[in-house]
Amino acid sequence: MTTYFNEEFETLPRTALEALQLMRLKSAVERVYNNVPFYRTAYDSAGIRPDTITSLEDLQRLPFTTKQNMRDSYPYGLFAVPMEEIVRIHASSGTTGKPTVVGYTRKDISNWADLMARSLVTASVHKGDIIHNAYGYGLFTGGLGAHYGAEQLGASVIPISGGNTKRQIMIMEDFSSTVLTCTPSYSLFLAEEAKAGGVDFRNLKLRVGIFGAEPWSESMRSEIEAKLNLTALDIYGLSEIMGPGVAQECFEGKCGLHIWEDHFIPEIINPETGERVAEGEKGELVITTITKQGIPLIRYRTRDITSITYEPCVCGRTHARIARMSGRSDDMMIIRGVNVFPSQIESILVRIEGVEPHYLLIVDRKENLDTLEVQVEVDEQIFSDEIKVLQGLSKRIEKEIKDMLGVTCTVKLVEPKTIQRSEGKAQRVIDKRAL
Amino acid sequence: MMVEQISIFIENKSGRLAEVSKILGDAGVNIRALSLADTSDFGILRLIVNDRDKAMAALKGKGFTVNKTVVVAVEVPDQPGGLASILQVLDSETINVEYMYAFVERCGSNAVIIFRFDETEKAIAVLAAKGFNMLEGERLYGI
Repeated sequence: MTTYFNEEFETLPRTALEALQLMRLKSAVERVYNNVPFYRTAYDSAGIRPDTITSLEDLQRLPFTTKQNMRDSYPYGLFAVPMEEIVRIHASSGTTGKPTVVGYTRKDISNWADLMARSLVTASVHKGDIIHNAYGYGLFTGGLGAHYGAEQLGASVIPISGGNTKRQIMIMEDFSSTVLTCTPSYSLFLAEEAKAGGVDFRNLKLRVGIFGAEPWSESMRSEIEAKLNLTALDIYGLSEIMGPGVAQECFEGKCGLHIWEDHFIPEIINPETGERVAEGEKGELVITTITKQGIPLIRYRTRDITSITYEPCVCGRTHARIARMSGRSDDMMIIRGVNVFPSQIESILVRIEGVEPHYLLIVDRKENLDTLEVQVEVDEQIFSDEIKVLQGLSKRIEKEIKDMLGVTCTVKLVEPKTIQRSEGKAQRVIDKRAL
Repeated sequence: MMVEQISIFIENKSGRLAEVSKILGDAGVNIRALSLADTSDFGILRLIVNDRDKAMAALKGKGFTVNKTVVVAVEVPDQPGGLASILQVLDSETINVEYMYAFVERCGSNAVIIFRFDETEKAIAVLAAKGFNMLEGERLYGI
């Protein structure tokens, strides 16, 4: 039998849910118009007054908000409340230069904890469960987001964070953890290390794993379930919108992630035209936050590619389900949970060489961990007749990328003109991960 | 006292060395000495040729990355301990050998070793003072 964290809202009939959304949307638009110059300017120039939003359909008249808008407003330009009301600040993971910064009011934090607790229950987690939380703690929203949700639920949370894998396995064994929260690739890495250390997951108490922060596949789910002896479920979130717990796959249905529509209005658009696509069709996920106070975002383009269905779910929850993310509509890569744009690597190469080198990024997954190979063409500017000079160059690029982006890579020097040139936009990334 | 060497960047994949030698052959360039230094990903082919300009033009024309470096060609007695004698001198003067390779042909009763030093000028002075004979580029290219 399905249990809920907040039954009334999770099973709200569609008409009531939409009425609630409209009420909250109007209030959100009103607030951003009055408190955030960015929105006021945008709506004024589009000739939109907040009071002309009278139906959910009207949402489509509002302009999109993008990651670039957030960068341009760095750090606090899009905040809708004074700083004394902000109790927590997070930022997007891994990015160099200007990260996207988000601020939470006390109410935002409590809503987030509620939604994360709701997500945990949706994944069949209850009071009495022992949650091994291996998402990173810090500016990244994963660790603290899952942590507060677990406490809100009243489960026992182990704030282990990432890294130190051998110790993680010992703790999972000794503390009788029943729930694992981490990135899907890290779960497989844990499994490999456990096996190498002679630990059999069948002897552990782990029952369910909640995995997110990077793209994964149905075949990876089968592999994780077989190797870790648990039920693997998908969670979705992004710091701009909130953090983990924006959408969660249910234990009963295991087919798409319920997006919590009483707080977020999802739309799926064609990334080229900006027009909405039909239910079930693939497109870019756009989210409007309707309860956030610190940094409400109206029609935020997530760049994540998915589809949506409003079909009833076996679990009884009435909230729409989005499909597992199948890619990005921009060139961002997610490598071991870290967001990486090719332009960031390009700027590192330019700084080292003083020239704009031709390069290619090859992303793969080996032994369950993402790998990044950076191929750099060797031209006369960087060529030397000494091996150690060229190897020093490779090492330096590897170190700079690690320092700036937090991603480990290997640099491969290649002959000029061996990286394919294209007529239009240069192909900078080859993603070989079979997802 | 100095010799010009050309170096070519070659990716570690089959056929590349053959490609380079064919380009040089087609251009009528004769290779006098060579060494190949390699890592798992790439190699550096270093050559002494009879016509550097022609060799560089031909290789660049085919998209290879090529550069010119100054090396020193030293005559070493072709007998046991011959190489050791010169290396001892360099060591005692703390001159670092970046790399070295042997010349294809002998010069009279001597072998010829090509050296790349960290301090070329100093190395030449030291070797000359110790009585080692170094070959002029022009002589070498035509051997």
